[in-house]
Amino acid sequence: MPDDYDDLPPSVPVRLSINGEQHKVRVEPRKTLADALREDLRLTGTHLGCEQGVCGACTVLMDGKAVRACLLLAVQCEGSEITTIEGLNNADGSLNTVQLAFQENHGLQCGFCTAGLVVSVTAFLDDNPNPSDQEIREALGANLCRCTGYQGIVRAVKQAAGQSPPGGVYGHGASTSEVSA
Amino acid sequence: MKPPPFTYEAPSTLDEALGLLTEHGDEAKVLAGGQSLVPVLAMRLARPDVIVDVNRVPGLADIRHEGDTLTLGPMVRHATLEHDPVVGAALPLLSRVAPHIGHFPIRNRGTLGGSLAHADSAAEWPAVAIALDAEIDVANSAGSRTVPALEFFVSTFTTTLQAEEMLVGVRFPTWGTGSGYAIEELARRSGDFALAGVVCAVHVEAGKVAKAGVALLGMGSVPVRLAALEAELIGGVPADLDLEELCLAAVADVDAPSDIHASGGYRRRIAAALTARALARALEEAANA
Repeated sequence: MPDDYDDLPPSVPVRLSINGEQHKVRVEPRKTLADALREDLRLTGTHLGCEQGVCGACTVLMDGKAVRACLLLAVQCEGSEITTIEGLNNADGSLNTVQLAFQENHGLQCGFCTAGLVVSVTAFLDDNPNPSDQEIREALGANLCRCTGYQGIVRAVKQAAGQSPPGGVYGHGASTSEVSA
Repeated sequence: MKPPPFTYEAPSTLDEALGLLTEHGDEAKVLAGGQSLVPVLAMRLARPDVIVDVNRVPGLADIRHEGDTLTLGPMVRHATLEHDPVVGAALPLLSRVAPHIGHFPIRNRGTLGGSLAHADSAAEWPAVAIALDAEIDVANSAGSRTVPALEFFVSTFTTTLQAEEMLVGVRFPTWGTGSGYAIEELARRSGDFALAGVVCAVHVEAGKVAKAGVALLGMGSVPVRLAALEAELIGGVPADLDLEELCLAAVADVDAPSDIHASGGYRRRIAAALTARALARALEEAANA
């Protein structure tokens, strides 16, 4: 172990492909992908909840697969396509199906776990387009939510999977911007 | 919780990786899936000077079923073991065990080799390796050797791997038709490390148990092979076996740990019940296979 900070291994250049855009950062090898996203690329949608892989708040997609960004070193990610919560909106900036389903079904309260959940659910539905209730609940075990009690999230996932109509708890396909106070 | 400083190496060949381990010995750690190592680094439980990332070494994730042997490279991810059809056909126990490991994002990165080398006492793959008499291939710059699974695990987080060695393959004998497999675990939340668990495989021929492999996880510093129980099962007619009584006797002598999660006695009770349940399921599958 280095005795003082002058002996630190040098920072290294790392090319990262994030949400289809190419970036180059200069980071210490020990810097996690989560920290590089947040600090070097100012993509703060990816959250840090536990920094040991158990909470799921930092979930991103690596080549389409859900992974914990806090358990990846930034230097490991050259050559992979990383997708963060910032990359999931539709091209025109509107919310995609999964995001809308969360909004319409009270799938979030404080929102801290939400980015990780939306990314995780996106990956889950890609591999399991028509999941059973049990499969949804098991998959949601990958992300901890302290606020909601998960029921709204389960409803959101079912709606995103096309198992219930759009509009969520507001019913009849209404956009939430039309719901009166 | 940030990892301490280290030098990062990403070798592109196995020889290069082994050379780095020879050069740095105790001061280097192999980075495979990172799902155990990176938390260890983040919590500063280890401070290796050098991290040797083997994700860029080709050929470490091969899967081969030849004759009676399923050979798996160390970098085969848990998710692959869960979904790969060759694995599922050759040794169904592996596909059934995999979903019990953490959650799906963890399984996308975590590896078989990493799990075996890390040797957590509640991990699944060490118990599977021991129950099925797997052989573990280990290499260093000078050559390679094969270690039977029963000899590979020494204690919690401790295997016979030397500092300059790397796990490079695992070979499982396959059991063929007439076999049944099961895993049972008890964890307070899905995905948590199990308080206690069991993995088993049985082979039935002409209506009698011909072969059995049963190992407990979470019941000691290393998986516990229930060899005496296996001996009791062999030659028996499945329907005539009093599994509850046999399993209670089998776990009675197991010195299971007591900690904040469960007492040793409670772990033994769970292990007995889960083993009986797992064997019942495996035997029924074997009878119908």
